[in-house]
Amino acid sequence: MEQHKNFMQMEIPARSENEGFARVVIGAFASRLDPTMEELADIKTAVSEAVTNAIVHAYANPGGIIALEAWAEPHRLEVAVRDCGRGIDNVTQAMEPFYTTSPETERSGMGFTVMQSFMDEVEVHSQSGHGTTVRMVKRIGCEE
Amino acid sequence: MTTQIHYAPKGVLRVRLEGELDHHCAFQVRRELDEAIDWSAPAVLELDMAGVTFMDSSGIGVVLGRYKRIKSQGGSMRVVNVPPRVDQIFSMAGLYAIIARG
Repeated sequence: MEQHKNFMQMEIPARSENEGFARVVIGAFASRLDPTMEELADIKTAVSEAVTNAIVHAYANPGGIIALEAWAEPHRLEVAVRDCGRGIDNVTQAMEPFYTTSPETERSGMGFTVMQSFMDEVEVHSQSGHGTTVRMVKRIGCEE
Repeated sequence: MTTQIHYAPKGVLRVRLEGELDHHCAFQVRRELDEAIDWSAPAVLELDMAGVTFMDSSGIGVVLGRYKRIKSQGGSMRVVNVPPRVDQIFSMAGLYAIIARG
């Protein structure tokens, strides 16, 4: 971890009522970088997608933990959403638009597409049985 | 998220959504909409999105699910007053290929 950057870390139980809380936290942290309303909405939406994915997919049983971490430096926000759940067997497939393993609960399969559209970088690291980390970068105030 | 349901004349079911539409509240919104659809069997379901202050991809599932339900009953669906952020996500999912935007 790069300690010289301002950063935040928090852990929350994988419960859906924490989705809104995670958005508020990342919004407050990102605000220090003086983002536009649009940039702020992009970040909150992408984090909401990543946290929701972890809540829906990571843990078969209640009690799982999701970590939200963020690092701020001028014009750049990095966010990581991490779980220690079941992992994603095929990340490439999971990231395809409309790919869903939960059609019966009306999950659209558009979560990763939204993250990729709203953030400048999205990386997914996953290991079966050990968990998933979604790392995203948003450049702030860099619009040409 | 709150839903305001208005049974308009000529078989139009108008629902105004207000607040944040995410995975957490999707289940409740879906249940309230389905109850209203099943009870009134409308010709048209109109979703007014003006009051939606946040939506992620969970909203796509909610809208598509209601579209399938109303279509199976012979009705149609439209979304109105779609804020730009919501519009961006609907467009991304190609929603307007099947659902009218008023």
